[in-house]
Amino acid sequence: MTDPGAWQRLTRNPSAIVAAGVLAMVVLASLIGPELLPASYREPGPNQYAAPSLAHPFGTDLNGRDLLYRVLSGTRLSLLVGLCGAAISLVIGTAYGLISGYAGGRTDQVMMRGVDILYSIPRLIFILVLINAFNSTLEQFAAERGWVWLVDYSRIAILIISLGVIEWLTMARIVRGQVLAIKSRTFVLAAQALGQSHVRILLRHILPNLLGVIVVYLTLTIPAVIIDESFLSFLGLGTQAPRASLGSLLADGASAINPVRSFWWMIVFPSAFMALTLLSLNFLGDALRDALDPRAKS
Amino acid sequence: MTGMLLRRGVSLLVVLGIVISATFFLIRLSPGGPFDAERKLPEAIEKQLLAKYKLDGSLWEQFSGYWGDLLRGDLRLSTKYRNRSVNEILAQTLPVTFTLGAIAFLLATIAGVWLGTFAATHHRRAGDTMAMLGALFAISLPSFVIGPLLVLVFALDLKWLPVGGWGSLKQMILPAITLAAPYVAYIARLMRSSMLDTLNQDFVRTARAKGLAERVVLWKHALRVAILPVVTFMGPLAAHLLTGSIVVETIFHIPGAGGFFVHSIQNRDGFLLGGVVIVYCVLLVIFNLLVDIAYSLLDRRIALND
Repeated sequence: MTDPGAWQRLTRNPSAIVAAGVLAMVVLASLIGPELLPASYREPGPNQYAAPSLAHPFGTDLNGRDLLYRVLSGTRLSLLVGLCGAAISLVIGTAYGLISGYAGGRTDQVMMRGVDILYSIPRLIFILVLINAFNSTLEQFAAERGWVWLVDYSRIAILIISLGVIEWLTMARIVRGQVLAIKSRTFVLAAQALGQSHVRILLRHILPNLLGVIVVYLTLTIPAVIIDESFLSFLGLGTQAPRASLGSLLADGASAINPVRSFWWMIVFPSAFMALTLLSLNFLGDALRDALDPRAKS
Repeated sequence: MTGMLLRRGVSLLVVLGIVISATFFLIRLSPGGPFDAERKLPEAIEKQLLAKYKLDGSLWEQFSGYWGDLLRGDLRLSTKYRNRSVNEILAQTLPVTFTLGAIAFLLATIAGVWLGTFAATHHRRAGDTMAMLGALFAISLPSFVIGPLLVLVFALDLKWLPVGGWGSLKQMILPAITLAAPYVAYIARLMRSSMLDTLNQDFVRTARAKGLAERVVLWKHALRVAILPVVTFMGPLAAHLLTGSIVVETIFHIPGAGGFFVHSIQNRDGFLLGGVVIVYCVLLVIFNLLVDIAYSLLDRRIALND
């Protein structure tokens, strides 16, 4: 952390503590939970659409699979995609923002106008087209080389990469703003006067001062990527059955809506896990921002 | 101002050109054709089919041919919904999508601006805290969580509103709320912080000092300045609403363009897919230009600077 007071401010914020606690529980449950449940819960069973009971606390789905197992493993997949996608967006956004802010002038103007334009086109719609265009290509490519593991995970890999590629805009804007503020500070001028290279100034002097902001927006990008992935899976174009993510589980729940009989558990439990994950990440991100963001202090 | 608008317009046209070309190549170069799913067709028939749908010739010929048709306003034939043109399908479905989008747009801006102003005038009091806590919830929860839950409560349990469908006013309420909710919250947050800044400025103090009613100070003097960040967000908002309406249309079984978009990907219906993407982008580009104009009318400094 860039500032010793930040940690104190964070740990004194009750909503940050609660959010961190909830997040830790969700992560633990999704990592360990599926392994603890009986193996038979993973397979389709005879009890179609069974209401929650002691044997199946979250009920069962259309194929009689245990919903608790599906929700926990779905949360795990959503978290994995969110974390990896956010990491990719972090790298792209930070690099773009660093260059744009440091270069300044015309380069900066053109680069930021590009970000503005990307903001206002429906990026997710393009990514949808892209994913479905490249998925079969990658599968074929992997199959020809006998990379079985990649065939299995090719769709998830493409999802992660493409979501990382569209969610970097906010990060780039924020980083650029910070660089603009930092680059006129005396320690940067001193480094320039000493004749240090631009790359060294960027990486050794400016980047460490951005760590706080980067951590904040990493926390806020993870839920954004999780929502994007769920959006695609909800439409049936992201994670494919039998693998589940929170989005595809919600899609199952929404498609089971009918006025005659309500399978409420198919909607309520995936919604609850989605809400817990997203809310705790967003609350934690907001609390981190309050603690770390220099502008929020004033 | 005209100079700035002209430059904006040209840069947006360039973006549009890139977007359309990229869409074309993504669709044409992805493996698998629109007729793959059927049993192997005799060569002569396949050739005729390809000719009918203008899928023959070199890639360059197809590309330039597509652009030619686009410039004449022809989005070509759908390969899945045989004998229906993309123009026809969009003419039927887009009005539905736009009605939903327009209601959500108005709801998001009006409710968001009001809520944000309310929070700013009740700064650090219970109303402010409640409003901002609610906003954080609404931002965090995506439409595919809010939508099914609303259906569960208001349609299945209380039976106040229909589960889905389109046509009556009652059927529009839940979809519009589902689509607008996160953006009401986002705009409320934007509005709150910019209103707090504005209320501390000298011209607001002057307006109050000369004895204007608080209502006039707030909604006539301060709002004009404080609303600028919201106006900037309107371009991205339109893009988000168009994307979001795909999900909302799926949840509530609304016969809009979103459903056709999803099916066109699954069916490899290239021209329908291209048509939806292109129409969406053209509309967004026009909308963004309008937002730019509105912005420069609201804030004269922009026009002078440029």
